[in-house]
Amino acid sequence: MSTTAAVHDAHAHDVHDAHHEHHHHETFISKYVFSQDHKMIAKQFLITGMIWAIIGGLFSVLFRLQLGYPESTFPWLEDFLGHWAKGGKLNPEFYYALVTMHGTILVFFVLTAGLSGTFANFLIPLQIGARDMASPLLNMLSYWFFFLASIIMFASLFVQTGPASGGWTIYPPLSALGDASSGSKIGMDLWLVSMAMFIVSSLLGGLNYISTILNMRTKGMSMTRMPLTVWALFFTAVLGVLSFPVLLSGAILLLFDRNLGTSFYLSDIVINGKILPNEGGSAILFQHLFWFLGHPEVYIILLPAMGMSSEIISVNSRKPIFGYMAMVGSMFAIAILAFLVWAHHMFVTGLNPFLGAFFVLLTLLIAVPSAIKVFNWLTTLWRGNIRFTPAMLFAIGFVSLFISGGLTGIFLGNSALDIHLHDTYFVIAHFHIVMGVASFFGMFAGVYHWFPKMFGRFMNNTLAYIHFWVTIIGAYLIFWPMHYEGLAGMPRRYYDYGMWESFKMFGGLNQFISFVSMIVFAAQLLFVFNFIYSIFKGRKLTALNPWGANTLEWTTPLRPGHGNWPGEIPEVHRGAYDYGKDGREFISQTEPVGPNESHH
Amino acid sequence: MATMAMEQRKRIHPHKFTLWVAIASILMMFAGLTSAYIVKRNQANWFTFDLPKVLWYSTVVIIVSSVTIWMAERQFKQREMMAYRRLLTVTFLLGLLFVALQVIGFTTMWKNGLTLQKNVSISFLYIIVGLHAVHVLGGVVALMVMFAKAFSRKVRNYNSVPVEVMSTYWHFVDILWIYLLVFLLMIR
Repeated sequence: MSTTAAVHDAHAHDVHDAHHEHHHHETFISKYVFSQDHKMIAKQFLITGMIWAIIGGLFSVLFRLQLGYPESTFPWLEDFLGHWAKGGKLNPEFYYALVTMHGTILVFFVLTAGLSGTFANFLIPLQIGARDMASPLLNMLSYWFFFLASIIMFASLFVQTGPASGGWTIYPPLSALGDASSGSKIGMDLWLVSMAMFIVSSLLGGLNYISTILNMRTKGMSMTRMPLTVWALFFTAVLGVLSFPVLLSGAILLLFDRNLGTSFYLSDIVINGKILPNEGGSAILFQHLFWFLGHPEVYIILLPAMGMSSEIISVNSRKPIFGYMAMVGSMFAIAILAFLVWAHHMFVTGLNPFLGAFFVLLTLLIAVPSAIKVFNWLTTLWRGNIRFTPAMLFAIGFVSLFISGGLTGIFLGNSALDIHLHDTYFVIAHFHIVMGVASFFGMFAGVYHWFPKMFGRFMNNTLAYIHFWVTIIGAYLIFWPMHYEGLAGMPRRYYDYGMWESFKMFGGLNQFISFVSMIVFAAQLLFVFNFIYSIFKGRKLTALNPWGANTLEWTTPLRPGHGNWPGEIPEVHRGAYDYGKDGREFISQTEPVGPNESHH
Repeated sequence: MATMAMEQRKRIHPHKFTLWVAIASILMMFAGLTSAYIVKRNQANWFTFDLPKVLWYSTVVIIVSSVTIWMAERQFKQREMMAYRRLLTVTFLLGLLFVALQVIGFTTMWKNGLTLQKNVSISFLYIIVGLHAVHVLGGVVALMVMFAKAFSRKVRNYNSVPVEVMSTYWHFVDILWIYLLVFLLMIR
């Protein structure tokens, strides 16, 4: 009896889905603004993320101007920034604000929301064969919370006392006491409120991604047939859902310390000769709560880039990904280890050396799954029939950056070496290469590869190749010299290195780095131009499957509507990586396994 | 077709699953706070004090409300809509009573000089219990929505998923409270 009812329900549901588009009258507002279509929400995340990337990138150019040319003045800066650049020289307070906002914007708003917000939304339903997310409403709310967070963070740039300036890690007491610096005033409150909204946004998104992947896969799409992008986005979402709440709890305690006189993080503090009443708090507690999110956050940023690069490398090598299960297993291992290494950011806080040894061990263990992934990417490329599309170049660039940045991670993971290297430019070089630039490369690869599916047109290849070569050479020219500066002990976050005899010799190198960073920033504007131009004027997509890929998103119409497939959702019969099998270039996941097919 | 429907039935409803993931996420926030509490307890000036009595009454109230929402869910599945509405109302009122009792408890504490700023141990109590109460209030708001739907003449929906999601969440805040109470009693 109940089975019959279920059949009836399922049937009714299918019929409803098939006619979905005919019943749905879409207005401009419901289609482009408060859209519940995962594809539109993905584009909203992407474009908001790109705007933030331009702002965050511009900030780095501004503070590099100070670092590279500390003696010079730039009168146009005063026209542009007003009292923050009196006489054409950046004010030190504002320099710290720029550094802080650069980190905040790029880590959270661009490489978390812009990267996994875009590609989790776009790819999960399309690649697992679902009409939309488990809850399109929560999905829409996720974007609008991000938008709200963006507005608040953007507004904080314009308050009288300036935006938050205590570093993107907002360590107390600087962040907990309004009197500590001008950036610790209203700017800091806005930072915290904005981040609370941001956390809500990523939690709503993450909940949806997890339930969609686990519950809404089409028939035949077992977990082990999922493309690696979906696996990567799955682990990313799990990390986010379990680590962001801990940052939220830390931020709540910080808000209480700031505004209601509690002493979670504060003890025995003297400001201008005045002793504060706070007692019994500990600033280290905040670091524990922050880095319990902060370290998984690194993988929240990196995993989507890994997943997309795996997919793009396999498609464009015309070869199956080498070691599919090893790829999944190593991502799983990375996700577990991500929760167990946070104290390696805190080796110099007076951490018990015995405890430190455990964190060193666990940190170095991450090298094992990382190396497995690198070898698998290289063996996938090995003797492949490689097509150097812009997406492929960026995916290979990702692997290159992941290797060079990962190797320096082994240095920093040693607590003994870290005592010397902590808070120097060596750290800056390490995390910018392995997490920042590498993830950007994953993101660029993803945009170039899936642009035709998003907008029905291709991006311009010539501009893309210029973008790639300038960016990869530029990124290495910027960050490679920083390793030397860091080994020489040059600390991060200083306003003017000319004041120290020991760092004066790096003046020329700093100038060089600043010069290159401007060129690289210009190349990114070229990408933005290419992106906008191609949406309207790019070469039109005419074939359904331009890259000859196996995954389901290429079985949808050229411009899929809400619901993705006009008829029934295709059934899946095989994994996503049957390339170059039995003399055939590629075999779509929807094709049934033939009687004489070999078992790869 | 039939096998597909069977497959679908074996799987958990996406909304219910989403709730379980959300519960894991909320638990992580409390795990963060309670581990911070444990770390801070070793500080020299940690202050111990007795929890207000009224928190015990609120515990009884929330356990009873968990029973009433369980009964409401059963009545809904048997299409006993009148009984369902009555039990939903009772649960809603018990939820409000729980929050009210907690507010009373903390007002007395405050009056007795145990203010938020006095000591880190007291600040933690206010924040941990307060955040739990916010989650109960969230449940109360959701109950209000269910309540409005149950009394609306237009809606004739016998889909039990929203009711099940609601009741699971309610049991969760109940169990979370018992855990927090035991935690606060054991570790001080």
